[in-house]
Amino acid sequence: MKAQNMMQIDFLSKSSNEGFARVAVAGFAAQLDPTLEEIGDIKTAVSEAVTNAIVHAYPNEIGKIRIKAKLYENRILELVIRDWGIGIENIAQAREPMFTTGGEERSGMGFTIMESFMDVLKVKSIPGKGTTVTMKREIAVRGDEV
Amino acid sequence: MMKVTAKRSDRNLILQLHGELDHHAAKEAMMELDRYLDVALPIFTELDFGGVTFMDSSGIAVILRLYKRMQNLNGSMKVTHVPPQAMRVLKAASIGSVVRIEEEEVKA
Repeated sequence: MKAQNMMQIDFLSKSSNEGFARVAVAGFAAQLDPTLEEIGDIKTAVSEAVTNAIVHAYPNEIGKIRIKAKLYENRILELVIRDWGIGIENIAQAREPMFTTGGEERSGMGFTIMESFMDVLKVKSIPGKGTTVTMKREIAVRGDEV
Repeated sequence: MMKVTAKRSDRNLILQLHGELDHHAAKEAMMELDRYLDVALPIFTELDFGGVTFMDSSGIAVILRLYKRMQNLNGSMKVTHVPPQAMRVLKAASIGSVVRIEEEEVKA
């Protein structure tokens, strides 16, 4: 299927960019006239994916994170969050609730939240090469009912 | 950015969070909460989310840390005035089974 619109941003894996990343994606998604709840879900999922890249992909260095967002005809927003960091050895384990290799300021719930807020979550990773997280969410057509 | 303010009466503490609670803000917020707890040694703490404009799973770690610290003080806690976006995160993580959570009252 062909995308109707697309945007891409690259930024450094600094935690101060977390807010920028979710606001940028929310701004792009706004053209589908999403509800506040849908926008909240998308911002939260982006925040989780970007935080994972900052904390886990580049634990000891500042690297590059890329977000590519596409809008498809059937009101599906596709987000691809990519890094070129250390990768994930065991994806199934990383996706388990409460599993974390982060410090005590992490909860281990990042993937669980991405999964529950988005319709599709795919994680691909090659140790030493990086990780790509793909998420999709359909934005409902708003009815005219009051 | 996240700001923490506190109100205290005897050994009851109200900690109010203001702003966006993400990974960038979480560490500082935890240190602030720790400082208030160290001074007040509360037996009851209310963590007021009324001013939180965004929260991701970092907020869960903040709540669980406060929960553990209150257990160590033989005290208890609750989370109040949780806005809808943050509430969806807490529900997805089933955090209500561990900590008492009160939603923000919906204004008519």
